[in-house]
Amino acid sequence: MTETAIEKVKRGLPGRYRAERRFRLMGMGALAVSGLFLLVLFSSIISNGWSAFYQTVIKLNVFIDPVRMDVGNLGSADYQGLIKASLRRDFPQVRSRRDKKRLYAIVSTGAAFQLRDMVMKDPSLIGKSVDLWVPADDDVDMYLKGSYHGKNRYGRLKPVQVMAIKRLKEEGRLRERFNTTFFTAGDSREPELAGIRGAVTGSFYTLLVTLLLSFPVGVAAAVYLEEFATPGRWSDLIEVNINNLAAVPSIVFGLLGLSIFLNFFHLPRSSPLVGGLVLTLMTLPTIIIASRAALKTVPPSIREAALGVGASRMQTVFHHVLPLALPGMLTGTIIGMAQALGETAPLLMIGMVAFVADIPHSITDPSAVLPVQIYLWADSPERAFVEKTSAAIMVLLAFLMAMNGTAVYFRKKFEHKW
Amino acid sequence: MMNTALCIAFPALVLLAFFMGRSRALRLRQSALEQNQRPHSTPAYYGLWVALWGIIPAGLVSILWFLGAKFCPGLLADVSSVVAACVAIVSGLLCAAVAWYRMKPATRARNFIERFLNLLFMACAAVAIVTTVGIVLSVLFESIRFFKVIPVYEFLFGLKWSPQVAIRPDQIGSSGAFGSVPVIAGTILISAIAMAVAAPLGLMSAIYLSEYASSRMRAVAKPCLEILAGIPTVVYGFFAALAVAPVVRDIGTALGLEVSSESALAAGLVMGIMIIPLVSSLSDDVISAVPQAMRDGAYALGATKSETIRNVVIPAALPGIVGGMLLAVSRAVGETMIVVMAAGMAANLTFNPLRAVTTVTVQIVTLLTGDQEFDSPKTLAAFALGLLLFLLTLVMNVIALRIVRKYREEYE
Repeated sequence: MTETAIEKVKRGLPGRYRAERRFRLMGMGALAVSGLFLLVLFSSIISNGWSAFYQTVIKLNVFIDPVRMDVGNLGSADYQGLIKASLRRDFPQVRSRRDKKRLYAIVSTGAAFQLRDMVMKDPSLIGKSVDLWVPADDDVDMYLKGSYHGKNRYGRLKPVQVMAIKRLKEEGRLRERFNTTFFTAGDSREPELAGIRGAVTGSFYTLLVTLLLSFPVGVAAAVYLEEFATPGRWSDLIEVNINNLAAVPSIVFGLLGLSIFLNFFHLPRSSPLVGGLVLTLMTLPTIIIASRAALKTVPPSIREAALGVGASRMQTVFHHVLPLALPGMLTGTIIGMAQALGETAPLLMIGMVAFVADIPHSITDPSAVLPVQIYLWADSPERAFVEKTSAAIMVLLAFLMAMNGTAVYFRKKFEHKW
Repeated sequence: MMNTALCIAFPALVLLAFFMGRSRALRLRQSALEQNQRPHSTPAYYGLWVALWGIIPAGLVSILWFLGAKFCPGLLADVSSVVAACVAIVSGLLCAAVAWYRMKPATRARNFIERFLNLLFMACAAVAIVTTVGIVLSVLFESIRFFKVIPVYEFLFGLKWSPQVAIRPDQIGSSGAFGSVPVIAGTILISAIAMAVAAPLGLMSAIYLSEYASSRMRAVAKPCLEILAGIPTVVYGFFAALAVAPVVRDIGTALGLEVSSESALAAGLVMGIMIIPLVSSLSDDVISAVPQAMRDGAYALGATKSETIRNVVIPAALPGIVGGMLLAVSRAVGETMIVVMAAGMAANLTFNPLRAVTTVTVQIVTLLTGDQEFDSPKTLAAFALGLLLFLLTLVMNVIALRIVRKYREEYE
């Protein structure tokens, strides 16, 4: 007997239900891959970076020998020599020249500057013995943080240095301390002296310039396109251009900045001014599109009511429409600024790839920004820079999450249901 | 010193003009009201009117001076910029004074200001056009200089990329080969790997989020995807170089394959993950736009949810999905930091994902952050590559828009 239709259908059902379940699982799996990657990324960065927030310091007892000091010229005395003398006094058993050099190397080269600042602030210390905690060299730091495993347990450290470290630890003259240098110092070739302050200041100035330029121009352009433009070829052309610019690769903006701002206008290279100008051009499409969306949500009845009581079109916009659309515009601007904060490629093109150790003080000083600093540190061969790069990434991600979180909070709070 | 003085003097003079205009307008208003007439605009508008009559001439004089100095340097070469600033300020003050004197109650200050603002807003909107023109011109000029040295066909069809240029005539290793085919092939390879990762994962995520997910799961998953989209690419690049490339290499050696430590696979994988949020959000928008009536019709015929999606929803949303994929490809092609940090610089012409390749963006960065002088073909090659990149992404975006617009079905 032939099957009835319903029996055919019922026969095929289990296979179809199985296919349905497989499809659903595939969808969940796709989402899970993204979530898993996010988890792996964050745990990798955090596990690499959290050790950068503390630093090994060594307590030295330095005798400030008046014989070596020239009171009239304290700045250029041989402070490194004083530190070397202190180390020699602590470890008299180290004889050979090579071993002595290795002994000196367990202390950072920044220790001499620290001592110099101390003496110059208080010249009465000359002739006395002072105790000071100086940062250890990055090889020592890495060894103590357990970065080296297996056969190469000591990294680049030699036996005499390992012996000295063990002795210092037993005497309680070696400990771990919160790494304030990371937040107060500019870039440096020595990992233990390197910090993100220069990069953060540079990022601040660059974002300031970007905000001051892109917010007014973006809002003005959005108001024009939304309220005043007559539909025609001109406004169509502008809209097409804005949509195109939103999809142009960021490095092309860098080429634009290089050839026009640097080569034609001769603005200072690697400055927050030029960086801000390039980033303004990049974030303008974002701000314009977000502002237009915000202006669209204001109902026409508000505009008509204002016109009805005698306001001109410009007065309607400024006194009624703009204040109502402002929260949405601000949200879009914050998101645009967050994108600008993470941009690296165009800033590399305008010269921010140089090694800038000073903290910038104005928008025309050469500076680095935080993403570029991350890129530069990622290229360095020293192992200690891996943890510094990860820590800088953590700081950058913290800023970005704060900005995006603020934008989301504003969006929810000022969401107006018309 | 002079700059700070100007920075303080200019706003101070503008404020002065505003307040003087406003006070005169208040007095005129008093006398007009006694004669039972009213001034045309409120006093603040008159103040702004006087201020604008000061700013606009000063601005025009400054711009003309600057342009004159740029294009005819001989004319004003010995005149310092201080004199220029003084001339601008004096002309502004003169015009503002004339306007102040000629102010009457019937003067239509508000109309003047509103027309000026209208023009200003239009200029702001035109910045987009100016930017595009600027990009095209800047890249084009330098590329033309490049093509004067290296012929176009060699650049487009040459098979060897080795941008060395001799500094001295007898320098070893000075052979310059500027054939861009290996570089373009590297870009295509890495973008293909990225799309192979992002297209299925992004599309399935979008389908699951829009069709199956409960609102609670959507509230968790969407922010997750937004976080993925917001992570700077330099972080992805660092992660790719630090964690992904060694793992890929270890797996490869365990399987007995020869894997470079800067393999295209590592860079392509991470780039694919970076693009997933883009594909997912674009596809999600399109899938949600398919009217519920179509789905209901399929359910009424007895289809399961996955059969509906496969046979009804996706075909209806296909133009939008394809457009979204093209936009994602264009994003992958233009991506810089991930490939700079994870992919190599050796221009190998290969489609083996386990070898190191280089892309257009890596070469642009390398050529312009090196230490060659600006005029040499080596650095100008970067602009030629930039032109190529810009045209490529522009064409892809235009095609994506065309496809979406042409094949989109109107349901309402």
